[in-house]
Amino acid sequence: MSEVIRVQDLQKIYRMGDVEVPALRGINLTIERGEFVAVMGSSGSGKSTFMNIIGCLDRPTGGKYWLEGEEVASLSADDWARIRNKRIGFVFQGFNLLARTTALENVELPMMYNGFAGKERHQRAVEVLNLVGLGQRQDHTPNRLSGGQQQRVAIARALVNKPSLILADEPTGNLDSATSNEIMGLFQHLNSDQGITIILVTHESDIAEHAKRQIVFRDGEVISDKPNNQVLAHVEA
Amino acid sequence: MRWLMIFRIALRALARNKLRAFLTMLGIIIGVGAVIAMVAIGEGAKSTIRSQISALGTNVLIVLPGSNVQGGVRAGTGNVNTLVDADARAIARELRSVAYASPVMRRQEQLIAGNLNWGSLAQGVAPEFEQIRDWQIESGRFLHEGDMDSAAKVAVIGQTVARQLFGADDPIDQVIRIRNIPFRVVGVLAGKGQTGQGQDQDDTVMIPYTTMQKRLMRITFVQSIVVRAVSAEKVQEAQEQITLLLRQRHRIAEGREDDFTVRNLSDIAEAAQSTARVMAVLLGSVAGISLLVGGIGIMNIMLVSVTERTREIGIRMAVGARSKDIMLQFLVEAVVMAGTGGIIGILLGIGSSELLKTWAQWPTLINPSIIFIAFGFSAAVGIFFGFYPARKAAGLDPIDALRYE
Repeated sequence: MSEVIRVQDLQKIYRMGDVEVPALRGINLTIERGEFVAVMGSSGSGKSTFMNIIGCLDRPTGGKYWLEGEEVASLSADDWARIRNKRIGFVFQGFNLLARTTALENVELPMMYNGFAGKERHQRAVEVLNLVGLGQRQDHTPNRLSGGQQQRVAIARALVNKPSLILADEPTGNLDSATSNEIMGLFQHLNSDQGITIILVTHESDIAEHAKRQIVFRDGEVISDKPNNQVLAHVEA
Repeated sequence: MRWLMIFRIALRALARNKLRAFLTMLGIIIGVGAVIAMVAIGEGAKSTIRSQISALGTNVLIVLPGSNVQGGVRAGTGNVNTLVDADARAIARELRSVAYASPVMRRQEQLIAGNLNWGSLAQGVAPEFEQIRDWQIESGRFLHEGDMDSAAKVAVIGQTVARQLFGADDPIDQVIRIRNIPFRVVGVLAGKGQTGQGQDQDDTVMIPYTTMQKRLMRITFVQSIVVRAVSAEKVQEAQEQITLLLRQRHRIAEGREDDFTVRNLSDIAEAAQSTARVMAVLLGSVAGISLLVGGIGIMNIMLVSVTERTREIGIRMAVGARSKDIMLQFLVEAVVMAGTGGIIGILLGIGSSELLKTWAQWPTLINPSIIFIAFGFSAAVGIFFGFYPARKAAGLDPIDALRYE
């Protein structure tokens, strides 16, 4: 297995006037290809800051971050945009789909920023919509889809450029428990069948139970990092 | 990202808010339409004045009798009879800056030919008048020196007079009666058309000035002398020399007022033209200001749009749009609005100036270059006023933008 993410002494300090608020106090982590990691912690634990830095949306104050062996913390904003486009797929709590835009076009959106030809783009978008089980609803706009369906569209969008990893930030936060289980089932399926690396941020322990590895943040530090034996046993069995 | 795609994204964004996009464009539509229509009016006025001036003849000066001052009472122009035909001849003969000079007498007369009659302007002139006013002869001849010496009863008639009195017949050698005096028609003038004020220049009959003096008016002086300078540069010099010469000829003592006035038509022309120019600039700048206001409207709406679509910008950035892509997207939106508004405005401007021409009889003139200038200007307005909102959009932090409610 190869490394997807390695961070070394990762620090982030927010400055509010004269007061320095440390959000991350030296994180050291390695995530291998094919892992399904749940990042847990209460609000203010630093897990969201960690996600933003991993997702190339925010710059660390100190430390190093390698994405697939490439040091990325010091790259330019345009390079980051390219990395977000090709190597990271985002899934958000609020779905973050473009309103009044069909599911298909929402899925095509990332491909618009890397020069795919129209036909190829269309084919690929249909393909991933089928993968998440929404092939029949590609022409529906988000307001005509249920929350679970919207999140599936968002997952399809995250997958469309074949990224190295998927970052899911509270993906079930706006969903009822039955739909949450469906979405988590989809993530598990993508991880085990497609071998996609998934990092999931959540504060709900029952959601985190779907992951193979659980990392707990508190006050900007990792306080626990252990495999989820229950799931692993299930997978091996 | 390819241009076609940016264009499609922009069009789709505009299509989502059709009414808003239209109202925003309306500012540009009105601005560009106003620029086109106003400049057309200004250009029309200028070309009208230009044709009026050329109708007056170029490099022409007019000498008019001055006012009679008697015991402090100044009677007004044309009240003295000191100006005589010898003055005209002296001006032409002695001044090197002068090409031609001719006395001119004018009076409204009733012309009779056979059983038809027609009121027209009778002008008593010298042969040089033909050159001074650039008249062309259509048939027959103009007046010549012999006619002057003998005060011959001959006439050269304009197109309108020929049509009114003789219809399709050849007027040459026919007889016209003016105050019961028979005149033989020796020539027909080529048509000149109307002056800028709508006066028909072809509605005239020209007879020797001597005949006018002796047989029609019974006077010995002349009403005016028209002079043509050798060139435009010599007009000023001619004016000064004529003044000197006439003072001398009229024996006016040093310090006494002239008993004549020399009018320089190019002064009048220049004044009229500069008035037209000022008007064109004024109209153009008023229209330009409305285009500017339209541009500010675009900026306003684009700023609102950027705020409204902060979340969309965040999403686009998260899935890999660079700042440049976001910037271009909003800039193209602004330019598409301004450009479309510009095209509609151009059509509106052309339409309204055509309407003014046909309904209000205003002499509008559309210069093709103004169309390109107006379109280029509206596109530039789009870029200029779209730039700040676009930069604001591009400068958003993706994390903040994604969290924006």
